[in-house]
Amino acid sequence: MSKNIILKEFERILGKDNVFTEEADRHGYSYDAAVLDPCLPAYVLRPGSTDALGAAVRICNENRLPLTVRGAGTNLSGGTIPQTGGVVILTNALNEILEINERDLYAVVQPGVVTAKFAAAVESLGLFYPPDPGSQAVSTLGGNVAENAGGLRGLRYGVTRDYVMGLEFFDPNGETVKTGARTVKCVTGYNLGGLLVGSEGTLGVFSRITLKLIPMPAAKKAMMAVFSDVSGASETVSAIIADRIVPVTLEFMDNFTIRAVEDFSRVGLPVEAAALLLIEVDGHPAQVEEEAARVEAICRKMGVMTIRVAKDAAERDKVWEARRAALSALSRIRPTTVLEDATVPRSKVPAMIRAITEIGRQYDLQIGTFGHAGDGNLHPTILSDRRDKEAWGRVEMAIDAIFEKALELGGTLSGEHGIGKAKSKYLEKEIGRPAIVYSRRIKAALDPNNIFNPGKIIGG
Amino acid sequence: MYDMKRLADLVKSLEVQLVVCMRCGMCQAVCPLFAETGREADVARGKLALLDGLIHEMFKDPEGVAERLSRCLLCGSCAANCPSGVKVLDIFFKARVILTGYMGLNPVKRAIFRGMLAHPKFFDSLLGSASVLQKIFLVPRDDFSGLSCARFAIPGLDRSVKALAPVSFRTSVGRVQTDGASGLKVAFFVGCMIDKIYPEIGHAVFSALARNGASLFMPDEQGCCGIPALASGDIDTFRKLVLFNLERFDPNGFDFLVTACATCTSTIRKLWPQFAEPFSGAQKTRINELAEKTLDISQFLIDKANIAEPVSFPGDRTLITYHDPCHLKKSLGVSAQPRALIRSNPAYALKEMNEADRCCGCGGSFNVQYHPISASIGKRKCEAIIDSGCQTVATSCPACMFQISDMLAGAGSNIQVKHAVEIYAEAIAKK
Repeated sequence: MSKNIILKEFERILGKDNVFTEEADRHGYSYDAAVLDPCLPAYVLRPGSTDALGAAVRICNENRLPLTVRGAGTNLSGGTIPQTGGVVILTNALNEILEINERDLYAVVQPGVVTAKFAAAVESLGLFYPPDPGSQAVSTLGGNVAENAGGLRGLRYGVTRDYVMGLEFFDPNGETVKTGARTVKCVTGYNLGGLLVGSEGTLGVFSRITLKLIPMPAAKKAMMAVFSDVSGASETVSAIIADRIVPVTLEFMDNFTIRAVEDFSRVGLPVEAAALLLIEVDGHPAQVEEEAARVEAICRKMGVMTIRVAKDAAERDKVWEARRAALSALSRIRPTTVLEDATVPRSKVPAMIRAITEIGRQYDLQIGTFGHAGDGNLHPTILSDRRDKEAWGRVEMAIDAIFEKALELGGTLSGEHGIGKAKSKYLEKEIGRPAIVYSRRIKAALDPNNIFNPGKIIGG
Repeated sequence: MYDMKRLADLVKSLEVQLVVCMRCGMCQAVCPLFAETGREADVARGKLALLDGLIHEMFKDPEGVAERLSRCLLCGSCAANCPSGVKVLDIFFKARVILTGYMGLNPVKRAIFRGMLAHPKFFDSLLGSASVLQKIFLVPRDDFSGLSCARFAIPGLDRSVKALAPVSFRTSVGRVQTDGASGLKVAFFVGCMIDKIYPEIGHAVFSALARNGASLFMPDEQGCCGIPALASGDIDTFRKLVLFNLERFDPNGFDFLVTACATCTSTIRKLWPQFAEPFSGAQKTRINELAEKTLDISQFLIDKANIAEPVSFPGDRTLITYHDPCHLKKSLGVSAQPRALIRSNPAYALKEMNEADRCCGCGGSFNVQYHPISASIGKRKCEAIIDSGCQTVATSCPACMFQISDMLAGAGSNIQVKHAVEIYAEAIAKK
């Protein structure tokens, strides 16, 4: 089809208002939250129905137009940056919660439902959808599933993958593929859901998602433990887990981050502390009391400087305010903020933290480290100015060094941000050549024209 | 043809502020416009990226960028919630000034701002005549005739608006200089909407100030605060108006400059100093002094005059809810004082609506330029007000009142729309 006919066809199916072709409109879909160069798409489509979504996919395939699906565009690895001249398909008009089933504990949603809105709707019924990525106020469930998003509660409740019961998605021909069920158990056919979750839009386009829900825990308790040395904090993490306690969250903040947060929001953090742990336990009230007491005892045994247990909701909020402010506080220091998420086995957290400090020194960079210590998922946050070429070169070398170290410690390139464009060149180092070749074969078989988000994860 | 290289050089002056945006996209959660349209060019991140694109000469012409930049309520919800603290409004105002300077002001706005608004005396007399003429064009709606609620339908447009007052506030009171017992000296900056559409709010301010023993000052003349001109990038008219007002309000003559318009308050406090660069040192000093002394009427009455606690009320209390104007809460962080002011009237019981601080969708000229979107944003506010079950809604900005009245009338509701200071004035009138 000629360009003109393609445009007419998109407009016929989606309506003129839902096809953006003006330069100034398309520009807004050339980037995401990753620090990468923008790529301008030729068309941006905003389907308002599942049928329109399927038809749009089919037209893209027929015309060999590469397409990138975009929810809120909060991706940190460039997964939502389209190919220049390609198509961006927006899901934010497909934002209905189709069903919340309180008897069978599941919900069915369209891909454009905003994570936090869904969590709130579920919570109003006394139910719980635990995955809470940092961008949940805007991120979409479709994006969360495509990226297998994590969050602060991963330690106890797992990540998005653990809540996907079923999927409906479009193949390149616009045919609907169904997988999974509304049942707790299901062994019907290949586990296509397992393949699609975290596939970053490279294998199909979601149209409907069935998510598992769990009862809302009755009680929770948060505490803040202050340490005079980093190893004390990280060894405490191991000690808590070793004592068979699995907190909901076990967050770490280094001294650089503590000082940044305190400068920014004056929440009363001890700026002289080497490290902080923010710990929350939840469950039945009696169990929460007991576990909180045990965590406190472990912290004391491990030589904590001070520990503050939140007595009520207001104090609990205060504890989390500090953590919520971490990225904001760090990002205000320099123009460019690179948020990494290399992840190591929990027991290697002390070694990783030491390595990051050393890397910061070696490349003369400011790095604040915070993150999900309980998951081994740290967020070394490199502060720089991308416009300064020399400094940016050092940032890139530091990122390489961080990845190198994470792999050396038996860890992974990405705990929750995905591979996307930013890390695809490192992937082979982690998974090896055969895994790349195998993955490329899957991609070629399922998407022969390579239209689904080409260039992401496995390159090519 | 446009010289995009020259424009890039001009926009480059914003680069230091633009690079602060890390494209996290959190502004999507709070932008009232984005909630309606779902378009990236409507939310702060998208607009900041467009400006960045201008710097990197990524566009063939600036029209598309300028048009999208003007599609913004300037409500500041994004800035108030930005994790990295991007000074979004500051950037947007400056960008509008740059683009208008580069592309020229549209002819209609040029006629309104430079032909009328920039000449306060002419503007006053013009609207004085208009208030007589409007009787020919507007159809009174007898079904709603509350104190601040008298509304008129505009034939041909599905809108109900409050008409121009027969006599403007300043015409009716003239120059004012009184001595009060409290020792607090207060000047009153009226603002165009209170002067010409809602004079009853001006009278309520006067009785509130007189009740608390304040010495009152109001000069013969005063002009617009300048926000409509600045929002359209017309920096010349804005500066003319700042100087006009500066000559008439000498900060040495009073302790506080009080307004009852959230937008005027925030403009004088924040935008006058921010855009004072070409002024002389003495003028800048004066602008800063004025800005520091500028308060919303509720801030003055609660924080400075310490008005009395309410007495108990014998009868049934009227349920009232409060809408936070963006320019008061998000811009200046003032939200407790207007509520305290409402509580000071024991005849009312304050009940919060959902999303009390969500923008009403007015956005000044946005309301005219993009009326369908403005109305759909307003509808959500209107539903929150109706759902609250209150008989009255109060706020602190005449522009919000204008929009909310229009929306409520459209929904067939007869909920009264009042200014917080009117609620207080009612209480003191009864004593």
